[in-house]
Amino acid sequence: MELNKLTAHELIQKLNSKEITAKDIFSALDNRIKEIDHKVKAYVRAEKDTNSTEATGIPVSIKDNISTNGYRTECCSKILEGFIPPYDATVIKKIKESGHSFLGLKLNMDEFAFGSSTENSFFGPTHNPWDLSCVPGGSSGGSAAAVAADEAIWAIGSDTGGSIRQPASFCGVVGLKPTYGRVSRFGLIAFASSLDQIGPLTKDVHDSALLSNIISGYDSNDSTSINTTVPDYTKSLINDVKGIKVGIPKEYFVEGLDPEVKSSLQEAIETLKKLGAQFKEISLPHTEYAVPVYYIIATAEASSNLARFDAVQYGFRADSANLIDMYKKTRSQGFGDEAKRRILLGTFALSHGYYDAYYLRALKVRTLIKRDFDNVFKDFDCIITPTSPTAAFKIGEKTDDPLKMYLSDIYTISANLAGIPAISLPCGLTKRGLPVGLQILSKHFNEELLLRVAYTYEQNTQWHKNKPKL
Amino acid sequence: MSIDKKIVEDVAHLARIELKDTESAKLSGQLEHILGFIDKLSKLNTDNIPATSHILPINNVLREDQPKESLPIEKTLLNAPNKQRNFFVVPKVLE
Amino acid sequence: MSYEVVIGLEVHLQLNTKTKAFCGCSTEFGKEPNSQVCPVCLGFPGSLPVFNRAVLDSAIKVALSLNCKIQEYTKFDRKNYFYPDLPKNYQISQYDLPLSNNGYLDIDIEGITKRIGITRVHMEEDAGKLIHQEDGTLVDFNRTGIPLLEIVSEPDISSPLEAHEYLSTLKNIIQYLDVSDCDMEKGSLRCDANISLRKKGVKTFGTKAELKNMNSFKGVKDALTYEIERQSALLDSGEIIIQETRLWDPKTSKTVPMRTKEGAKDYRYFPEPDLPPFIIKEDKINEIRRSIPELPKEKIVRFVKDYGLSEYDAKIIVSNKRDAQFAEECFKAYTNTDKKALVNWFIGPLLSEANNRNLTLANLNIPTKDLLELVSFVERDEISHLCAKSVLTEMIDSRKSASIIIKEKNLIQISDTSALKSILEEVIKENPKSVADYKAGKANALMFLVGQLMRKSKGKANPKTVQELLKERLESA
Repeated sequence: MELNKLTAHELIQKLNSKEITAKDIFSALDNRIKEIDHKVKAYVRAEKDTNSTEATGIPVSIKDNISTNGYRTECCSKILEGFIPPYDATVIKKIKESGHSFLGLKLNMDEFAFGSSTENSFFGPTHNPWDLSCVPGGSSGGSAAAVAADEAIWAIGSDTGGSIRQPASFCGVVGLKPTYGRVSRFGLIAFASSLDQIGPLTKDVHDSALLSNIISGYDSNDSTSINTTVPDYTKSLINDVKGIKVGIPKEYFVEGLDPEVKSSLQEAIETLKKLGAQFKEISLPHTEYAVPVYYIIATAEASSNLARFDAVQYGFRADSANLIDMYKKTRSQGFGDEAKRRILLGTFALSHGYYDAYYLRALKVRTLIKRDFDNVFKDFDCIITPTSPTAAFKIGEKTDDPLKMYLSDIYTISANLAGIPAISLPCGLTKRGLPVGLQILSKHFNEELLLRVAYTYEQNTQWHKNKPKL
Repeated sequence: MSIDKKIVEDVAHLARIELKDTESAKLSGQLEHILGFIDKLSKLNTDNIPATSHILPINNVLREDQPKESLPIEKTLLNAPNKQRNFFVVPKVLE
Repeated sequence: MSYEVVIGLEVHLQLNTKTKAFCGCSTEFGKEPNSQVCPVCLGFPGSLPVFNRAVLDSAIKVALSLNCKIQEYTKFDRKNYFYPDLPKNYQISQYDLPLSNNGYLDIDIEGITKRIGITRVHMEEDAGKLIHQEDGTLVDFNRTGIPLLEIVSEPDISSPLEAHEYLSTLKNIIQYLDVSDCDMEKGSLRCDANISLRKKGVKTFGTKAELKNMNSFKGVKDALTYEIERQSALLDSGEIIIQETRLWDPKTSKTVPMRTKEGAKDYRYFPEPDLPPFIIKEDKINEIRRSIPELPKEKIVRFVKDYGLSEYDAKIIVSNKRDAQFAEECFKAYTNTDKKALVNWFIGPLLSEANNRNLTLANLNIPTKDLLELVSFVERDEISHLCAKSVLTEMIDSRKSASIIIKEKNLIQISDTSALKSILEEVIKENPKSVADYKAGKANALMFLVGQLMRKSKGKANPKTVQELLKERLESA
C-alpha cells in the first residue's frame, strides 16, 4: 500500500503501532511527487526539501504564502523572489509542536492569493489531477491538487473569498475555512486582513477535524485572534444529522448555476433528508451584492498590504536610477497583471473623492450581508449551497475576462464577509468526470456542526473514496 | 463610472506602479467594466447602516510593555537587495 | 502694514515606554543600526501589530493634562504613502476617531494668561532614520514603531514669543508626567508650524505655509519670525502667498520651499483591520487621572502660598521637575514655619551657582541635609552670610559638607566679646582719626572701624557683634 494514498488518521495509527516511520511517509510522498508533479505542478521551486531528516509525524504541505523560517516563501510572485522569512507563522509553530513537520516544498497558488484558478502564479498554473487541461481552482490550487493526487497527505491553504473551498470543490477534496479569528494569521502573508483565514485541505472530514485541532487557537501575536478555548473537533465526527435544520438560499439556485452541479446538490440534499435533516428554503437577500462588496474591501486592503513590496528590505529589485524609479519599476515588473489590477482597483476605492462612494459604502453593505446570516441562523443550524456555480473550467477559459473570473466566487465570498465558518466536500462528479463540491455554512465558531453534517454526509456516500486517474 | 486614462495614471502613481501606454488603455477598460458592475451597490439605501470594519466584537486588545528579543542583524539583513555595514541601502531620495 | 499673525503648532512627542507601540522591541536610544527590530516593526510579510497598553495609558495621561475630552470609542487607521523610512509604506495612525480632542493649554505671556486650544491628541508610530549619502541613502529601522503622540494646537497662537511659551509650557507638563524625554536634540520632541497672516479685523484665514525642520525652541521662534517678515513683505507688495511646505535653514536663517515630486498627497486613510478598536470607559480615565502628579501650574500656586515665593521665582524653580522636587524636599525639612530665609537661598546663591555652572539646581547635587546645615550655621550667627556663600561654592566643588569645610578652614566667626576685646582696643588705638570722626557724628567712620576690625580678625569676627561692641565702646569712652 503506497503510504501517500492514505489519510492522516490512518497513517497516525500506523505510526503509533510502529508499523511505519515518519521517514517512510516522506519517501512515499517524495516518490509520488517525482512521479507526477511534472504533470500536475502542485509544488513550486524544485528546491530539494532538507526537512526529511527532521521528519516527525505526518508532513503537512504548506501554501506558498505561509511563512516558514529558513525556507523560501514567495507567494508565487516574482516580487518576492528569494524571500526567506526569519520566523515561522504561528500555524507552522503549532504544527511542529503537535509532533508533525512540513515539506520544505511549497504549494502553488495564484500570486498573493489573487485568483480563482492558480493561473496567476509566477510559476505557471497547476493542473487539475482529474483533468490536466483544467484548472484546480484557486488561489490554493496547488494545495487542493496535491491532496487530490496523493502528492500530499494533508495541506494548509488560505481563504479570503473562497480560496480553500473552491479549489477543494474543483479537486474533490475537503476544504474548511474556519471562523475569522479562529486560526492565527500571524505569518500569513496578508491579502485582505479582515477576510483572510488559514485552513485545512484534506482527503476526508476526519483529517479536517484533526488538522483544525492543531492549527486553531488564540495567538497573542494576532490582535484579531479570538481568545476562547478550541473544542476537540474530532468529537464532532458523529454520523447523525437527525433534526438538524438546514436552509437552502433561493438566491444561490439561479441562472448561472451549472445544471450538473445543481443536480448533484439536489441529490446530496435528498441524501441528507433521508438521514433526518430538515430542509427549508431561505433567503439571503443581499447575495447579489457580495461580489462587488468583496472586490472593494478585499482590493482596498490588499492595495495597502502590498505596498510593502518596494525592494527596500527584501525581494526583487529592478535596475533603477532613483528611488521613485526603483519603486515603480520593481512593482511594475514584479507584480503580475491580476495583482496590478487589484492594487489599482483597491487604491482607487480608497482614494480621495471615491472613498465614501466605494469603500465606505461597501463596509455598510457588508453589515447588511452579515445581518442576512444572523437572521437565518436564528432559526437554522446551517446553510447548504453549491461551492461553485460550475465544476473546474479549462485553463485559459476565463483569463481574458477578469469579471467573469470574479463571478466564480459568488457562493464562497459571503462567508468571508460575514466571518462565518464554511466547509466544502465532494458530492458528485460531472459527466466529464470533474468533481462537484457541496458547501455547508454555519454561524461563528460553529465548526463542530459543520464537521458533523459533513462527516455524516461523507460516511453515507462514497465520493471521498474517489481518486483521479493519473 | 467612467475611468479615463488620466485617472488610471493618477491611481497608478499613488500605488507606485508604472504602466505602459497600452497597459493603461487596457486597464482603464477593464477597471471601468469592473466598476460598472460594482456600481450596483449605489442602488442600495445605506442610510443609518453602520460600517463593519471588524467582523468580531473584540475590543481593547493590549499587550504588556515588556521587552522581547529583537532579530539578530544577520536575519534582518538576510534578504536585503542592497546593504552597507548594518544599513539597508536605497537609491538616493530625490528632494 | 502690520498684520495679524495666526500660528498653529503640531508637536510630535516620542513616548518613553520600554517597548515600541506595536511590538516588543526596545526603544533605547543610540543603539547599533537595525539592532532593535523584529518582523513586526520591519513590516515583514505576514507580521501583525499588537498594541502596547503603556502607550494608551501615557496618551490618556497627556490628553487629560491638556484638558482634552477622551473619546469613548477610538481606533487606529492606516495612513498610506511611500517612503523608505516607512517599512510597510503605511503608518498606523489615527484619523477620524482620535483618542482625544477639544483641550487647551494656558500660557503666561508677561503676566497675562492666554488659553491656546488643543484640537487633538492622538497616537501613532514613528518611522525610521535615513542617512543621505552621495551614492544612495542608508536606512536604519530602529526608530520605526516607537510610539508617538501628535498634539495639534488650534491656530490660537499669535506670535513667535507665544509659540515659544507654548512649547516650554507643554514641555514642562510632559516632564512632570514623565512620559517622554522631550528633547528636541534627540528628536523625542518635534515641532512643525503652520503660519498665515491676515489684515487686522479680518475673520477668514490667510494662506498658510507649513514650516518644518526646526530643531530647537529657538529655531521655531526664529523660523516664525522670518516667515512673518517674508509673508508681510509679499502681502505688502500685493503678491499672493503660495500654500506650501517650507524648510527652516538655521545656517542661512531663512525658510526655503521644500521641493517634492510627490504630487498632491492622498493618504487614503481607512480603519486599520489588524487592530480592533478601543472602548475607554470612565473608570479607566479616572484611574489614570488619579495617577497624574501635581502639574506645574498647581505647583506654582502652592509654592507661592505655602512657601512665600513670588510667582516669578516659583515659575523658575517649578520649570524643572527635579529642581522643584529638590526645593520642596528642602522647604519641608526646614523646621522654621517662615520659609523665607531658605527660599532666599534658593533664588539667590543656589540659582546663581546653577547658572554659573550651566546646571540645574538639582544637578548641583547638594544633599538636602547639607544645605540645611549650611543655613543653620548662618542662622546661629556662626558664619556670616557672605562667608556662607563661599562655603556653598566649596561644597559644590568638593562635595564636602558645610561643617567639614567650616572646620577645615576654621571659619567660625568670633562672636565671643572677650576674644574680640583685644583686637578692638588695637583698632581704636590705631585709628584715632576715625574714632574722632565717629564721635563728631560721622556714622561712616563706624563702618570703617568695623572693616579694620574684620581685617585684623582675618574676616572671622562676627561683623554684627563687632559693630555693637565698637558702638558700645566708643560711646562709653
